[in-house]
Amino acid sequence: MRGWLRSDGRKGIRNVVAVAYLVECAHHVAREVAGQDRENAHVIGFPGCFPNAYAQKMMERLCTHPNVGAVLLVSLGCESFNRHQVETVVKATGRPVKVLVIQNSGGTRSTIAAGRAWVAEQVAALAAAPTVPMSVSDLIVGTVCGGSDGTSGMTGNPAAGIAFDKLVAAGAACIFEETGELIGCEAIMEQRAATPALAVELRASVEKAARYYETLGFGSFASGNADGGLTTIEEKSLGAYMKSGQSVISGLIKPGDIPPKGGLYLMDVVPDGEVRFGFPNISDNAEIVEMMASGAHCTLFVTGRGSVVGSALAPVIKIAANPHMYARLSEDMDINAGRVLEGAATLEEVGQEIFDLVIRLASGARSKSEELGHQEFILTYKSFEPIGPACLPV
Amino acid sequence: MQTDPRLLLLSPGDSVYVLRGQIAAGEAVMVAGSVVTFPRALGLGHKIARLAVAKGDRVIKYGAPIGRASQTIAPGDHVHLHNLASDYTPTYALNKGDA
Repeated sequence: MRGWLRSDGRKGIRNVVAVAYLVECAHHVAREVAGQDRENAHVIGFPGCFPNAYAQKMMERLCTHPNVGAVLLVSLGCESFNRHQVETVVKATGRPVKVLVIQNSGGTRSTIAAGRAWVAEQVAALAAAPTVPMSVSDLIVGTVCGGSDGTSGMTGNPAAGIAFDKLVAAGAACIFEETGELIGCEAIMEQRAATPALAVELRASVEKAARYYETLGFGSFASGNADGGLTTIEEKSLGAYMKSGQSVISGLIKPGDIPPKGGLYLMDVVPDGEVRFGFPNISDNAEIVEMMASGAHCTLFVTGRGSVVGSALAPVIKIAANPHMYARLSEDMDINAGRVLEGAATLEEVGQEIFDLVIRLASGARSKSEELGHQEFILTYKSFEPIGPACLPV
Repeated sequence: MQTDPRLLLLSPGDSVYVLRGQIAAGEAVMVAGSVVTFPRALGLGHKIARLAVAKGDRVIKYGAPIGRASQTIAPGDHVHLHNLASDYTPTYALNKGDA
């Protein structure tokens, strides 16, 4: 394994230029700047015009993610996003950073030209940057599931849980989510907390999610889940919960909080306070973005129905839970956990395969979604209170 | 108590099996020693009752409750939206979960 050492001591497994639009009005220009160089320039951004502390924090964390080597900020000019603050934060890490304001740069064409020239310089400089050795204990790995069916909880999620157990045992920090998908698992989960006070926080985070979804009138249950044999949110939850493996739960974090040491962490993704801004995470990539904001170098994505997404900035490992889906979508899937249903592999073997693939990605191999150019990214409005002192026991 | 190998028991106390293969409409399937037929095809991941569950009682999968029976469930019944309801939030589905 090799990585790029950053000034905060973290190591990246990729070394890309982030091209960040600071309002939807600058999205087209950012996309044109990044162009077709999907290996080196990744578009991220926040579409909203009105200020939001969560979005600001997320963008600051993403622009200083260990996989990012340089940052181009693309602003329209009149949006509320605090571009000076994010520029200052990036600059403080020693990364090259440049701000282009479309309204001050002659418009679309000239901003694109200036952006492309700057990105090309950065890509050339990053290609020459030295690497350092990396170990599993340098890694943060997230996990999500999407497009779930009845097989997700039978094969893919338990196999991801076994991979998590192996990663945690080797010193990595692993993050699972999302509290809205753990409704019905509170009692089992709190027994795994590192401290009694953390157990209270874990339960409270799920109860908050249950209240939030009740107010909305919907859970995270999509119609396709029922077609695949899942009947209730708690049934889906137990299947999703299997991703967390068997390790002791070391802490509870919120999006953008970076795990302070190795161990297993639950991410509380449901906003605090009054229900506002609608659904906590409107699609799977919103969860992947939050994993990255908390430092995830890569994300394990278990899918039964067959999601094809990847992500900007950090590789996604797609784990097919359903063998029939794998047969249809093998070009998009990194791991076939569906073999467990056919008796062709054990959960333990698939878990080891996932662990080995994480190591290979951190050694330079690319995931299927990276090869296919997938760079989905979505960030929307939320509001959070900081985590309490019991959430990260020493 | 013979059971078709396509029916997978995830945890010893579970009230349901999970299908790891397809079952055709009208096909005779052995469930806990009895022959059962299903009026429509059922796909991977669907649940078949292993134990009787009275209306209002909890249905167990993965060794944990996944909701309550909204109708009386007999061994061999397909368990889905028509006879199982969440204790938390109602399930939204475009259709009634036909396989």
